Amino acid sequence: MKIAVVRFPGSNCDQDCLRALQDGLEVDAEYLWHKETSAAGYDAIVLPGGFSYGDYLRCGAIAAFSPVMRAIIEAANHGTPVFGVCNGFQVLCETGLLGGALIRNRSLLFLCQPVVLKIENNSTPFTRLLNEKSLLRMPIAHGEGAFYADGSTLAELEDNGQVVFRYVDEHGEATSEANPNGSMNNIAGICNPAGNVVGMMPHPDRSWDRRLGSEDGLQLFKSLVETLLSVAA
Amino acid sequence: MTPTITPELVHRHGLSEHEFAGIKALLGREPNFTELGVFSVMWSEHCSYKNTRRELKKFPTTGPRVLVKAGEENAGVIDIGGGWAVAFKMESHNHPSAVEPFQGAATGVGGIIRDIFTMGARPVFLLNSLRFGPIHDEGEYGRKNRKLIRGVVAGIAHYGNCIGVPTIGGEVYFDESYNGNPLVNVFCLGILRRTEIARGAASGVGNAVFYVGSETGRDGLAGAAFASRDLTEESRADRPAVQVGDPFRGKLLLEACLELLASGAVAGIQDMGAAGLTCSTCETASRGGTGVQIDLALVPKREPDMSPYEILLSESQERMLIIVQRGKEEQVKRIFEKWDLPYSKVGTVTNDGFMRVLDDGSVEVEIPAKQLADDAPIYEREAAPPPAPESIDISKLELLDPKRSLLQLLKHPSIASKNWIFRQYDHTVRAGTVVPPGSDAAVFYVREANRFLAATTDCNSLYCCLDPREGARIAVAEAARNLTCSGADPLAVTDNLNFGNPYKPENFWQLREAVEGLAEACRRFGTPVTGGNVSLYNESPQGSIDPTPTVGMIGLIEDEAWITRQYFRDQGDIVFLVGEVGHEIGGSLYLKAVHGRKAGAPPRLNFEKELAVQQLVRELIRTGIVKSAHDCSEGGLAVALTESCISGSEKIGATVGAPDFQGRPDIFLFNESQSRIIISVAPEAAAQVESRAEEVGVPLVRLGEVGGRTLTIDAGGTSFVWSLDQLHDPWYFSIVRALAHQDL
Amino acid sequence: MSTPLIVFRMKLEVLVMPKRTVLDPQGVAVRNAVRELGLENVETVRVGKIIEIEFSAEPDEKKLNEICRDLLSNEVIEDYRVVGTTTSFP
Repeated sequence: MKIAVVRFPGSNCDQDCLRALQDGLEVDAEYLWHKETSAAGYDAIVLPGGFSYGDYLRCGAIAAFSPVMRAIIEAANHGTPVFGVCNGFQVLCETGLLGGALIRNRSLLFLCQPVVLKIENNSTPFTRLLNEKSLLRMPIAHGEGAFYADGSTLAELEDNGQVVFRYVDEHGEATSEANPNGSMNNIAGICNPAGNVVGMMPHPDRSWDRRLGSEDGLQLFKSLVETLLSVAA
Repeated sequence: MTPTITPELVHRHGLSEHEFAGIKALLGREPNFTELGVFSVMWSEHCSYKNTRRELKKFPTTGPRVLVKAGEENAGVIDIGGGWAVAFKMESHNHPSAVEPFQGAATGVGGIIRDIFTMGARPVFLLNSLRFGPIHDEGEYGRKNRKLIRGVVAGIAHYGNCIGVPTIGGEVYFDESYNGNPLVNVFCLGILRRTEIARGAASGVGNAVFYVGSETGRDGLAGAAFASRDLTEESRADRPAVQVGDPFRGKLLLEACLELLASGAVAGIQDMGAAGLTCSTCETASRGGTGVQIDLALVPKREPDMSPYEILLSESQERMLIIVQRGKEEQVKRIFEKWDLPYSKVGTVTNDGFMRVLDDGSVEVEIPAKQLADDAPIYEREAAPPPAPESIDISKLELLDPKRSLLQLLKHPSIASKNWIFRQYDHTVRAGTVVPPGSDAAVFYVREANRFLAATTDCNSLYCCLDPREGARIAVAEAARNLTCSGADPLAVTDNLNFGNPYKPENFWQLREAVEGLAEACRRFGTPVTGGNVSLYNESPQGSIDPTPTVGMIGLIEDEAWITRQYFRDQGDIVFLVGEVGHEIGGSLYLKAVHGRKAGAPPRLNFEKELAVQQLVRELIRTGIVKSAHDCSEGGLAVALTESCISGSEKIGATVGAPDFQGRPDIFLFNESQSRIIISVAPEAAAQVESRAEEVGVPLVRLGEVGGRTLTIDAGGTSFVWSLDQLHDPWYFSIVRALAHQDL
Repeated sequence: MSTPLIVFRMKLEVLVMPKRTVLDPQGVAVRNAVRELGLENVETVRVGKIIEIEFSAEPDEKKLNEICRDLLSNEVIEDYRVVGTTTSFP
C-alpha cells in the first residue's frame, strides 16, 4: 500500500500530512510533485493544505490546472480515494471533482481556532471507522473556507448524503454560533457522489498526536488505511 | 547622467563630513554617486550599528550551548542537545510598518524567516512583539492606531500563514508614546542539525556567485537609510520606499535553499535584506576574507532602465546570494529550476578583497569589502538622564472602587485578551503547537528533534520609561519567569532595542542604561544574548517612544510532563503565591490606566529572590504536582488571578486572599512587585509545597482555593466578589470591540 | 408608504490596479500559469479589481476622491481611476 501526498508550490501542510501517515500510522507514504504527469502506483492521494501558487487569483485555482491534477482526476474517476484538506479541498472544488466553492469567511478574517465536527456520512473511505453523528475536535486555519453552493447543488449534496462533516457545538447541534465561517448548512466537508473523493476545511493533519491536544484526526487516516487493506484482502 | 558629489548630496545620504573624509581616505579618491549610495547604506545605523556597537559589546555572548555568537552570522545558534540546534533572532520593521502597515509587517516577517533559513535551519515558529498607540480613543490618533494595528496584524498573518510558519505567541502593548510610530518586532526560530550550520561567507576564490529569487525592482530604495531617520510628516512623501512581500516566492525560496544546502553544493549563502545586493556582496566577502565581483547586467530585473545605484540599493524582497562550490553549478541550477525560481550567475569570488561591481563590463564600484562592511566609524554619543519621573505618594492617591478598577484594567488592551489578533495567525500549522497563544509562554514540539521548546517576548516599556535600567532587568526576569511557568529552563536571548533618536542625549542615556540592565540580567540568568537588532529614530511628531528593549527568550522543556499552563484546572485545588504579596505601585498599569499617571519608581528586582522563586517553581513543576503556574505582572495579583480563572477553555472561579494584609486594598490587588508566581496544586500536595518553600527559604502565601463561579478576593479584611462573566466580558471583547468596525 | 416618483441612480466603476513600479506577486503567479498552460508569449499580467458603487444622489467629488484614495485603494501601492459612470433616471 502506498499513499501520495501531493506537493504544489506553496503547499505548506504537505509535511504534516506525510507525518500523520508515516509517524501516526506507520504506512508507506511519499510526496508526489506537481509537475508529475502520472499518479500511477498510488492507492490513495492526499491534497494537503497551504497556499498553492500563493492562492493568487482564487484559492486552488492555479493548482487545479497543474499536470499532476490531470492524472489525479483520472485516478479519482477510476475510484482511487482522494482526500483534500483545506487548500486541497479548494483545489478539488476548482477541478470540479467536488461541487460548490469555498469563499471568504463571513468575518472577512483568517480564522485559526478549534472546531467540533459531526460525522454525517460514515461510508466514505475516510470515515468508515467512525460512528455516524460522532463528534471530532480539530483546528481550522483558513481565510476562505465558507462553503457555498447554489440551491440545486446544495439540495443534491444533502439529499445524496454527500455532506460528510458539519460544524456543530459541544452538543452536536449545527447552530449558527458553531459555524465559524458562514458555511452553508454548516458544511465543513463533502464527498463526490461515488464517495471516493472527500474534501474538508478542518485539519486532521494537525490533530493526530495527543501532544497537539486532539488525536481525532488520526481516525480519518486510519479509516483510509483500513479501507485500502480491506480492498487488498 | 549621475549627479555630481556635492556636500549637500553627501548630507542627503546621511553621511557626515567626517565620514565623507573617511571614505575619501579609504578609497584614495572621491567616490562616485553609486559608491556614495553604497557607503550611505552600509554606514547607516541599521547596517553598521555605528552609534550602538560600543554598548552592544557589553552583552554576555558566550555559553556552553552557544554555537554561533551574536554578530557572527545572520542569526545566533544554540545547541539543544541530541545533535540538534536552533537558530533564532528578533528583528524590527517599525518604520516600514508606520508608513504602510500591511506590507511593512509582512516584509518584516519575510525578512526574519530568511535570516533563519540562511543559517540552514528550517523555520518552525514565529512570535511577535507589537506596540501601538491607544485604539479606544475617538480622536485622530485613535483612528490612525486602529488602522495601523489592523494593517500590521493582517500583514503578519498574510506572510506567516502563507509561508506556513506558525505564529504561536508574543505580546501586544498600547501606550500613547507609540502614537503613529508602532513597533513591529518579529521573532523566528528554526531547527537544524548542529553539524550543518550554513555560513554567510564568500569562500573559495573562483567560486561562482549566484543571484536567486525575485527580480530586482525599485522597491524600498534605501530602506536601511530610511530606517535610520526620524519619522516625520514628510515620510509620507517617502512612501514609494515601501517594499511588497511575496510569501509564495518566499516559500519557494525557503524550500529551494534548504534543498540546496542539504545538497552540499553551497559554499556560502546570504539573504538580501536591508541594503540588498550591496550588503550581501560586501558582507560575504568580508566574512570570507575574500573579494566579490559581480556584473549588474546579469542581475534579473523587473523594470527597465534601472541605474547601478538603484539596482545596488534596491530592497526587493525574496532574494538570496549564493556562493556555489566549484563544479556544482549545474546541480544548483537544477534545484532553482525545480522550484521555478529566477536565477543568474552574477559574478565570482576573487582574492583581492574588493567589492567590485561592473555595469555591463565597466567598473562602477570598487571598494575594499572588509572596510566597507566592518569599519564604519564608531561613535560614543552624548548621554544625559532625562528629568526624574514624578514620584508617587500613596497616601495622597485617591482610593477608588477596586471592584471597578479591576474591570478597567481587564479592559485595557495591554491586558485584555488578544484573541482577535492571534485567531488571524495560523498558529497550528507544522503540527507542533502544544501551548497556543494566550499563556505565559508558547510551547512547541519540534518533531525533528523530539524536543519541547518554550518561547516568549517581554518588555514593560512603562518601567523602562521611568527607569530604563530597572525596566530592562525586569524584562529579562519576566521572560525567564514566563518560561519557568511553562516548565522550561531558560536558554538564551535575542533582543530588539527600540529607542528614539540617539543624538538626543536622554535617548542615548536610556539606551545605555537599558543595555547595561539587560547585560547584567542576562549574566545572572545564564542566558547569553545571541543576536538581535537595534531600531533607533523611533520618533513621531509627539516625541520619542518610550525606551523598549524587547527581550525574546527561548527555553527547553526536558520532559513533556512538565509542560504547564497558566489557568486553573480543578475545583478544590489550592492556590499559592510563590513570593511576597508586595506593595510597589510605582510604574504600575493601575496607576496609568486607572489614575492616569505614568509616574513613580518601577518595582525593584532582587536577583537572588527572583532566581530562588523561579528555581522553586521549576522544581515543584518537576515533581508533577503543579497544575497551573502564572506570572504576576501588569495589573498585579488581581489580574493574574483573573487570567488564571478565565483564560482556559473552561472558566473556573477561586476564593483567595490574605486577611492579615495591612494596607490599602488597591495596593494588595494591583501592585506590581517582582518575583511572584501564582501556582495551583491538588489539596494533598499543598503540604509538600509549603515544606519545600520553607526548606529553600522562599516566601510563600497560601491564597485560597479554586472553585465556584466567582473570583472572591479578601484584600486585608475587605472582600471583593466578581462573577466570572463580569470579568470575562471586558477582558475577552475589549480589543474585538475596538477593532470590529471599520473606520476610515 | 410613498415612493419618490423619480429615482436618481448613478453607478461608478472604480478600477484599482497595483502601481506600475510595485511588485504584483499575484500578477507574476498568474503570468507563469498562463505560460504553463500554453500561451508562452505572455509578457506581463497585472491583477487589480473593479469596485461598483451606486449612488442615489450625485456624490461629493472631493469626498469621493478621498474615499477612492484612502479606502478603496492604498495609495502606497495602488492607483485608482474611475472607469465608468452611468447615470439613470428611470
